[in-house]
Amino acid sequence: MELVNIEKLLEKYLKAETSIAEENELKTYFSGDNVAPHLEEYREMFGYFSASKKEKFTKTIQLKSRKLNWKWYSVAASAVLLVSVYTGYQKNQQAKAEKIYEETQYAFTLLSANLNKGTAAISELQAFENTTNKIFKQPK
Amino acid sequence: MDQSAFLKKVMPFKDKVFRLAKRLLISTEEAEDATQELYFKLWKNKSKLSEYNSIEAFAMTMTKNYCFDRLKSKQANNLSLVHSNYKEGGTSLDKRVELNDSVSLVHKLMENLPEQQKIIMQLRDIEQYEFDEIAEMLNMQPTAIRVSLSRARKTIKEQLIKQHNYGIG
Repeated sequence: MELVNIEKLLEKYLKAETSIAEENELKTYFSGDNVAPHLEEYREMFGYFSASKKEKFTKTIQLKSRKLNWKWYSVAASAVLLVSVYTGYQKNQQAKAEKIYEETQYAFTLLSANLNKGTAAISELQAFENTTNKIFKQPK
Repeated sequence: MDQSAFLKKVMPFKDKVFRLAKRLLISTEEAEDATQELYFKLWKNKSKLSEYNSIEAFAMTMTKNYCFDRLKSKQANNLSLVHSNYKEGGTSLDKRVELNDSVSLVHKLMENLPEQQKIIMQLRDIEQYEFDEIAEMLNMQPTAIRVSLSRARKTIKEQLIKQHNYGIG
């Protein structure tokens, strides 16, 4: 395009009266190699505009919010807490029961040991009685 | 509307949403979060989308509003932002570095534009929307948009010339 036309378009451009098509003409002209030296500043402007349009959003968009996930995390955490408290309580009960069982067991062994002592003494007594029966004849 | 129909409708303009968010919020991470948040909001309101004659225009309006809210809360939290407006006199090292990278110079000049002009320039010069589309997105009169855009274009052009004269002189 002729320089005169470009200058006219630029004037319109500064007044914001150009159409998209005309602005694209300007962009094409200023992306070329033969830009008039006195229009250098426009080359920077249009170059920047074209370059900026190439920037992309590269992340993937999530439609489910992260806040919702946090809600589920808290639900999961409270469930875990409940289960662990429950099992902990169960374990504790079991340990208590075992302790009681052991103590009873001990008490029973103690009792039986003492009972055995008693029977031993009684059997000694029986032996004593047999001997006395041998020595002293029993009246008939 | 099911998920695939929804995605087919809203995915084509995801880059535009992202670029507008980045223009306003500056940081890439913030813009990514904003895009994600915006699509989530669209998905939640999918039943209402048919009421709008252009979902894309509606999405761009939402993006603009969301970014303004973000900026407002950031400014409330971070008073030190004020100091970023401070400018050094003369040709600092920063400015000379900028001159080497002329593409990012336009970027920096755009950053200094008033928010309204920034958005309009983004929507017209980069995304190439028609004036009546921009008018719908920003709820403004097309003539007011032209005035604002003309100011933005002139500012950028004059600043570029100024920076070049610094570089030569």
